[in-house]
Amino acid sequence: MQGIPIHPDQASTIARSVDHLYFFITAVTLFFTFVIFLTILYFMVKYRRRSPDERPKAIEGSLPLEVLWTAIPTLIAAVIFVWGSSLYFQNSEPPPGAMEIFVTGKQWMWKAEHPEGQREINELHVPLGRPVKLTMTSEDVIHDFFVPAFRVKEDVLPGRYSSLWFEPTRLGTFHLFCAQYCGAFHAGMLGSVIVVEPDEYERWLAGSVLGETMEAAGERLFKENGCITCHLADGTGPAPSLLGVYGNTVHLTNGQTVTADDAYIRESILSPNAKIVNGYKPIMPSFQGQLTEEQILDLIAYIRSLGRSPEKDQGKKQEEEKK
Amino acid sequence: MSTATLEPRVQAPRNYLNAEYGWKSWLFTLDHKRIALLYMVSITFFFMVGGAAAVLMRIHLIEPQGALVQPETYNKLFTLHGVIMIFFFLVPSIPTVLGNFLIPLMIGARDLAFPRLNLLSWYIYIVGGLFTLYSAIAGGVDTGWTFYTPYSSTYSNTQVTAVVVGVFINGFSSILTGLNFIVTIHKMRAPGLTWYRMPLFLWAMYATSIIMVLGTPVLAIALFLLALEHLFHVGIFSPALGGDPLLFQHLFWFYSHPTVYIMILPAMGVVSEIIACFARKRIFGYKIVGFSSVAIAVLGFLVWGHHMFVTGQSIYAGLIFSFLSFMVAIPSAIKVFNWTSTLYKGSISYEAPMLYALGFIGLFTMGGLTGMFLASLATDVHLNGTYFIVAHFHYIMVGGAVMGYLGGMHFWWPKISGRKYPNGWAALAAAIIFVGFNLTFFPQFILGYLGMPRRYAFYPAEFQVLNVMSSAGASILGVGYLIPLVYFIWSMRYGPVAEANPWGAKGLEWQTSSPPPTENFTKMPVVTEEAYAYAAEEKINRA
Repeated sequence: MQGIPIHPDQASTIARSVDHLYFFITAVTLFFTFVIFLTILYFMVKYRRRSPDERPKAIEGSLPLEVLWTAIPTLIAAVIFVWGSSLYFQNSEPPPGAMEIFVTGKQWMWKAEHPEGQREINELHVPLGRPVKLTMTSEDVIHDFFVPAFRVKEDVLPGRYSSLWFEPTRLGTFHLFCAQYCGAFHAGMLGSVIVVEPDEYERWLAGSVLGETMEAAGERLFKENGCITCHLADGTGPAPSLLGVYGNTVHLTNGQTVTADDAYIRESILSPNAKIVNGYKPIMPSFQGQLTEEQILDLIAYIRSLGRSPEKDQGKKQEEEKK
Repeated sequence: MSTATLEPRVQAPRNYLNAEYGWKSWLFTLDHKRIALLYMVSITFFFMVGGAAAVLMRIHLIEPQGALVQPETYNKLFTLHGVIMIFFFLVPSIPTVLGNFLIPLMIGARDLAFPRLNLLSWYIYIVGGLFTLYSAIAGGVDTGWTFYTPYSSTYSNTQVTAVVVGVFINGFSSILTGLNFIVTIHKMRAPGLTWYRMPLFLWAMYATSIIMVLGTPVLAIALFLLALEHLFHVGIFSPALGGDPLLFQHLFWFYSHPTVYIMILPAMGVVSEIIACFARKRIFGYKIVGFSSVAIAVLGFLVWGHHMFVTGQSIYAGLIFSFLSFMVAIPSAIKVFNWTSTLYKGSISYEAPMLYALGFIGLFTMGGLTGMFLASLATDVHLNGTYFIVAHFHYIMVGGAVMGYLGGMHFWWPKISGRKYPNGWAALAAAIIFVGFNLTFFPQFILGYLGMPRRYAFYPAEFQVLNVMSSAGASILGVGYLIPLVYFIWSMRYGPVAEANPWGAKGLEWQTSSPPPTENFTKMPVVTEEAYAYAAEEKINRA
């Protein structure tokens, strides 16, 4: 059986712990399969019919046995449930300080954009040993971002953001598959995640020709699309100032509040009237169909750069501009 | 139907097969047994269409770049395979063939409660099937049997409407059949046949019928909305039209997960009958096995979200669906333990039906246990959407449901046809199917764990060895399925004439002649003992 692969690469911090659970369930599966097979085989031989008129005694059943073989599977199921769920919960949020990369799926390619402005198609360069959070959306149908070596997978949906994170623990090139059927060349929606040393990653970023960062692209779009005419920084315009909005609580006209996260900003660009900020009128036009998913991500990056705390961030911004 | 040549051979008393001749006597029959045969022929035809698609897929996947067809064609093949096998073979298989034939016989009735509705449901099935076949001939459909939006509703340029209409129509056949069975089992049982004296096959058919009646309308709604969006661009599922793409998945799986139990519960019922007969034993823990069918039917409606762990649904929803998915596995485990215990101190013989039933237990056990990998959140994230899923559900649906169907056909074939088939060939076929099945699908578990996604028309070269093994197994499996077809057809003319009760089985269906007369029983039966009273001379205290 040499040459038949049976185990995928372990190349992320969570891969090993997921595999431990996998091996445990495999052991349970093998154990019960053998118990059932061997018991049946034993009974088949031992109680084979010896004469056609045999009439074995009826056995009604056995309550203790029923309780026993209800309790044992329930216990084992409970162990696997708790184990699987706690792993999943631990892995559901990226550790603080994770670097962010933005991924857009479309028939049939993966596009990635690094905050510094580097873009790549069907490749994703990431540094070794740093947690990476991906924010993902789709331009058309549902795709699914799947890196078997990292044991991570998440659907990439049109019209909303999903995210996953991983921390690579091995250098190398790993398969990136689309795991949700997405049309004719679904099988060709194939990419590579390239894990490199952190300094090599820096060199790769620097060596990239596209100079405009996501923030800068967002700022340019903010002007080009006329957002800046109403969203005046000092708050005197017909639309709320976006300084310090990101990540903060926004009060709406209907009395509710929302957190200004990626999803909310995206919604406000595409369906501005869905949630109106308290004190403002529903006058903003929809930018549905006028901005690509990547442009929306750029805008979000820009709005995020405007910071959470108006004074501090504004000051920082101005300083940067001076530089 | 060559009446002239058959007539002189038939010395047997009048039965449902020789009561009338000519195509009208079949197409307008109201006899549940003849309708069962109409279904048997139709689902066999669809099984061969779906099987041919599978064979082409497995040949194609021998080479990493794809050996046979273009990716577009491959996508249409797996869609055709899934749609036909699920909606036109597996869902109707045991209920409409064996259920139709046996429910009235097992409860001592002359027919189902609504014979005309029964015939109508066959016609509805055929119309649905014709739409589906038309969709294939007119260019095919490439959405997968799951029809996920917005791909199906706004991106696919294939015959989505035709196939959706076909599956929609076919659903009504399911609903009417389920309704008919529920009413029949409630109202038409022979005197003395209490609920706890019913064969477990009836318990299973009852639980299945409940799912058919409650679940299928939701599928109809989902498909109707899908067609609305596909044809008229009403924004329901597509975000570009203001819809929610995941809404479709919720509606779809609300039916399509319970559908798994529509396929497996009847097979569990069949296996209970066969094991009891060939071990000459009452089913160990009869009531628990019966109620576990009902428990599976109820819990089965609450686990659809486990198909959606990686769609971005709330992690708390994931937690609940994961928990309930483990819970639905428990009644299945209980059944397996009880079947195994039924063999204890039995008098076991190994005629062909028993081999299929034991094969069922083995393969279903593996299918059920591998479900734990997918019910568990952390491992499902890795395995979802890969060949692991494909292997898992084929162990349940093919290793389980198809094995059960074949076991049932071998068990009741003497009753249905009045003829016996060659037992040696049947045993050989069972062995070939068991080996071929495992060789086909076991490598797919490993492929999935390695990360090969399903529905790939071509794949990275490192997956080739396992794919070739799987394709080799599929060719063995294909031969295994053809053998019974040959000897069943052979036996209709050349097989030895079967007596009323060739297996020495209990159950009312064995008390009437083989094949039964049109009215089923010449004298209305009265039930005085519990099911599986194989140790009749022994007094059994508790009922």
